[in-house]
Amino acid sequence: MDSLPAASQPQPRVAAAEVRLEGLRKTFGDVVAVAGVDLEVREGEFFSLLGPSGCGKTTCLRMIAGFEEPTAGRIVLHGRDVSGLPAYERDVNTVFQDYALFPHMTVHDNVEYGLVVKGIGRAERRRRVGEALTMMRLDRLDRRKPGELSGGQRQRVALARALVNQPRVLLLDEPLGALDLKLRQAMQIELKSIQERLSMTFIYVTHDQEEALTMSDRMAVMNQGRVEQVGSPAEVYERPATSFVAGFVGASNVLSGDAALAITGHRQAITVRPEKIRLGSAEEGEHADEVSALGVVRDVVYVGAFTRYVVELDAGGELVVLQQNLTMSSMDVLQARGRRVRLFWNRQHSRVIATVGGDQKKEEIG
Amino acid sequence: MAETLTRTGERLAAPPPSAVRRLRHAIGRVLYRIPAARLALLLGPILLWMVVIYLGSLGLLFVTSFWRQDSVTGAIVQNWGLTNYQFLVQEGVYRTIAIRTVGIALAVTVTDIALAIPIAYYAARIASPRVRTLLLLSIVLPLWSSYLVRVYAWRTILSGDGVLNWSLHHVHLGSVNLGFSRWSLWIVFSYLWLPYVTLPVYAALERIPNSLIEASTDLGARWRTTFRRVILPIAFPGIVAGSIFAFSLTLGDYIAPDLVGDTEFIGNVIYQNVGIANNIPFAAAYAIVPALVMGVYLLIARQLKAFEAL
Repeated sequence: MDSLPAASQPQPRVAAAEVRLEGLRKTFGDVVAVAGVDLEVREGEFFSLLGPSGCGKTTCLRMIAGFEEPTAGRIVLHGRDVSGLPAYERDVNTVFQDYALFPHMTVHDNVEYGLVVKGIGRAERRRRVGEALTMMRLDRLDRRKPGELSGGQRQRVALARALVNQPRVLLLDEPLGALDLKLRQAMQIELKSIQERLSMTFIYVTHDQEEALTMSDRMAVMNQGRVEQVGSPAEVYERPATSFVAGFVGASNVLSGDAALAITGHRQAITVRPEKIRLGSAEEGEHADEVSALGVVRDVVYVGAFTRYVVELDAGGELVVLQQNLTMSSMDVLQARGRRVRLFWNRQHSRVIATVGGDQKKEEIG
Repeated sequence: MAETLTRTGERLAAPPPSAVRRLRHAIGRVLYRIPAARLALLLGPILLWMVVIYLGSLGLLFVTSFWRQDSVTGAIVQNWGLTNYQFLVQEGVYRTIAIRTVGIALAVTVTDIALAIPIAYYAARIASPRVRTLLLLSIVLPLWSSYLVRVYAWRTILSGDGVLNWSLHHVHLGSVNLGFSRWSLWIVFSYLWLPYVTLPVYAALERIPNSLIEASTDLGARWRTTFRRVILPIAFPGIVAGSIFAFSLTLGDYIAPDLVGDTEFIGNVIYQNVGIANNIPFAAAYAIVPALVMGVYLLIARQLKAFEAL
């Protein structure tokens, strides 16, 4: 792209933004659902919107789909402002949380629906429906009605019905929420591989951080109608930008004020992941690139593969520590309660964060 | 259990359970063990009503239709024969009345469906909860007043010097002659049965999840397509249920034709034969006609799979 002459290439040279949200706002009466969101989703990307319920992620998705009119702001889809367009004129398709399969139609007719209403010819319809059914392994179920399918099968019909239209962007609204754990994990892998095979842009709404972390290329963490952080799963997990992100994505420890001052020498809040902390004996010395803190084990939870320790620090506050049970048995770990320990972590694993609220974000600069 | 404490703390031996109490316990245990007994208690009375009284009298009606009235004495002769049915087929007037009744019933049914769908759709899917309550209340409100009152009200509106012509005259639009005609029957019946059609249609529309309509739009369908391919098929059983009310109620009515119509319905003929001519066998035979028509109507409804989603 860079080698093309600028005159013939009016598009920006950066990987094209497939979906761009500009200052998107949505209010329902007095309730602010989305309070100004700016986002760019790139072409062919698996992008997740992660956040607790009521954070505005689903409202964002519904505005992209065209089910809700934004109160303010723009939605740009593949370079075209679609903010005022009705849903049926947008080149996106949605997989609904409750699947929203048409109960009076067979699996085949459900999948064919989008092609029929767009007036696509019989021969092409047959080919594309066949492909979609095969891809989702539904060939033998095509004459069934949705009521005769299991949850996982309905999920696959919902996907086939959306994918058969070959949309530019596929919107998924917590599509795996109703499935049990095993099926959910299998579908995560399947979804990801479908997305890669079709190199289609996916926008995936979920409140499950594990889902977002395992499947996304990039993700946005949302809270109270705002985007707290955008980045790759590793970035978001390793370097949470705010205390909300630190707390919501993975378990996290936040130390602030006096405790932070005593340990790091600064008053700024820091966060460190429980699995990055090593539990050592009180006498042990720290390495050059390490930070350490003394404390007493207050609680021990044996979780099989690992143990969760809650350590009360001498400096104030407490840290949760996860340790793999490499050589320990459940008997050993339970005896750790009340023991004096020293906690170690690599300096680069603790991170200065902004605490709750916008005004404190300034601290990040320091 | 066997002892109770009095207020002063004295212990008293509980009196031995009375005979009534023991009987109740015994019945309770039998009901607990035998599901069929519970079912019999639950459905017995209503089944007695439905099967014995309702179906029984329908059977009697059918039997009576094969008897005949002696033309000289007017007495009922319990001779088996098809005289009444022959008479029905041969006399053109009865065929005309039957066709007219069914025709107006169909017109009323179609009209009510056409009126009910938009009202029900608005109430079920668009209106705010408060407006919805008001709307549903105003739909059922007419049912709280007497049928006769409602028909007479229409009589006053539609008659030659009634409210309608008075208004038309005052805005210089001439006058219409709607009172005592088939048009007035059509209008009055459509008004009378509208609540019975609106409510099942409302219930059917209200059950459709919003996401289905969104999914249809999302897949590229405009509103009309969504209505035709998603909303209407799903609400269809409710629409048919409502239509059965409008159709059967019109089919059986004989008061409105008397009060606002200029023609006779099947019901009027039956009424005259029962009350005036005392020709009960002929009335019974003619009553079989609407029963048959209704049977055919229900069969068609079943054929259209209208009962599957109930």
